[in-house]
Amino acid sequence: MLRYILKRLLMVVPVMGVVTVVVFVLSRVGPGDPVTIMLGEFATAEQIARTRTALGLDLPLPAQYFAWLAQTLQGNLGLSLFTRKPVLELIAQSAAPTVLLTLCAMVYAVLVAVPLGVLAAARAGSLVDRAVMAGAVLGFSTPVFVLGYILAYVFGLRLGLLPVQGFPGLEAGPVAVLRALTLPALAIGATFVALIARVTRASMLEVLNEDYIRTARAKGLRRPVVLLVHALKNAAVPVVTMIGIGFGILLSGVVVTESVFAIPGIGRLTVDAIFRRDFPVIQGVVLVMSAVYVLLNLLVDLSYMLFDPRIRY
Amino acid sequence: MSGSPPPALEVADLAVDLRSGGRTIRAVDGMSLTLDAGETLAIVGESGCGKSVTALAILRLLPQRIATMRASRLRLGGEDLVGLSEEEMRRLRGNRISMVFQEPMTSLNPVLSVGRQIIETIRTHRGLDRAAATAEALDLLRLVRIPDGERRLGQYPFEMSGGMRQRVMIAMAVACRPAVLLADEPTTALDVTVQAQILDLLQDLQRRIGTAMVLITHDLGVVAQSARRVVVMYAGRKVEEAPVGRLFADPRHPYTLGLLASMPRLGSSAAHGPRGRLREMSGSVPVMDGRIEGCPFAARCAHALDLCRRSAPEPVEIAPDHRVACWRAQERLEMAHGRV
Repeated sequence: MLRYILKRLLMVVPVMGVVTVVVFVLSRVGPGDPVTIMLGEFATAEQIARTRTALGLDLPLPAQYFAWLAQTLQGNLGLSLFTRKPVLELIAQSAAPTVLLTLCAMVYAVLVAVPLGVLAAARAGSLVDRAVMAGAVLGFSTPVFVLGYILAYVFGLRLGLLPVQGFPGLEAGPVAVLRALTLPALAIGATFVALIARVTRASMLEVLNEDYIRTARAKGLRRPVVLLVHALKNAAVPVVTMIGIGFGILLSGVVVTESVFAIPGIGRLTVDAIFRRDFPVIQGVVLVMSAVYVLLNLLVDLSYMLFDPRIRY
Repeated sequence: MSGSPPPALEVADLAVDLRSGGRTIRAVDGMSLTLDAGETLAIVGESGCGKSVTALAILRLLPQRIATMRASRLRLGGEDLVGLSEEEMRRLRGNRISMVFQEPMTSLNPVLSVGRQIIETIRTHRGLDRAAATAEALDLLRLVRIPDGERRLGQYPFEMSGGMRQRVMIAMAVACRPAVLLADEPTTALDVTVQAQILDLLQDLQRRIGTAMVLITHDLGVVAQSARRVVVMYAGRKVEEAPVGRLFADPRHPYTLGLLASMPRLGSSAAHGPRGRLREMSGSVPVMDGRIEGCPFAARCAHALDLCRRSAPEPVEIAPDHRVACWRAQERLEMAHGRV
């Protein structure tokens, strides 16, 4: 297994190599120039040229790319063009809300969706099943910003139970943090409740037709044991795959969700960086997120072993 | 109450309807059988004749969405099963009545260790703690002649051969010393040499535990080797029932005749004769969707009379313990030139 992990980690290298090229090119081909944004429209041509030289932006693009790559390989993502702070530090500062929000949304989605999917499959064709599936369609087809505003209106404004927007910072304590994350997590999680419930139901239905489920019943096992031990463990691999994909979607979706709920996370950092053409920050964020995504995929693949002993790497 | 103990299993007038795609098929019709304590009763018949459905119906394991069953009598050791709740049935399954399935490859859960699957049966019904149940599981593995039990308990089904898996299935089935064991084609999926071992094991266990066994098979060789009495099923109905020796010596139903004729025997003309061919029955089992009047076998039967096509015969006792559902049961019919 160690060999497999090492092999997978080695495969990260070419992937990340491609990512560096793509993100570098994409951030440069767009219109707009960080120096003019930085200095304002009244800057003289000489000021602009000087700043550009100081920031290394006057070099040819390949030279800029390789300089950045060399730096990155040493674990240094460079400095923000604007704040002159290390990009890694900026990412670390805004990571907490993003990571917490993603985890909360996913934990909530799994805790709700898996039982619903199991229930729907166990009562396939019943009213419960149809209600769950109808709810899944609704959950999947409601955009985050619509659901977000509905939740904010009902629980925040009408009932006054939870804060509507913003993030208090970790120093505010776990209760305040969780309260702030509840509505966003509910809003973002809805899609994944729907997706995971559907996959769980489909996978369970398939498994429930297997001979070994009949054996489990013939042994006189209690129904919850049949469903949750014998069936769910067999049905788990597609569900875990879906959860992995869900993390990917959540990570790439933080830009939208953090804007809707005014959460100062990676999404906000990225949007600000894009507006200011802060190349090192854009590149750094994309690079880190890609690495996280690749590692998450590896973890998902490794987790299959927990559910199916026939899978060995 | 009389002095004689009640039969281990009594089934009378069992009927099972299966719904599929808007059609209803009578999979089992008027099936009755009695199984005495400790005896082996074989049910034979070709695929689709309702053997397995009968066993699953007795355990009430047929999916309720597609199956309805009724019986005028269904008793396990004198206890009436007809009115039992699902929870009461669950307590009996794997405990006082259990089942061994045909396919050891697919009948064991692939993601749970063999030990866990045996131990959970023990713990569910016998309330033992984990250590005691594990010790019991080791005993069971010895009982089904699986060596190196400690190591085997930690293995998964995919790490075992088909024969080993079937032994594990049997170990689970006898874990609670059931009064009745329903063995549904327990050797069909196995190699011939392994088949003999498994049959031998089942008989040995039966002697030790005193379990009565319903052995479902299409293999008359298995029947001759293992059973005391035989029920022959055709199209969901019992067509003949007799002690094994009598059935082989004096089969009365044309379908039984055909089954026996299609069985290879060492030294027989079928194996060594000039034609070197086994006799086969023409035609196939009809679908019982209510359109057939009369005897379901009439269409394939060389001896059929007009009466047979109009009206279905009920089983009649032509000799002690020998019942036949055929209008011509009293006659001694012969195979007519390869046709029944």
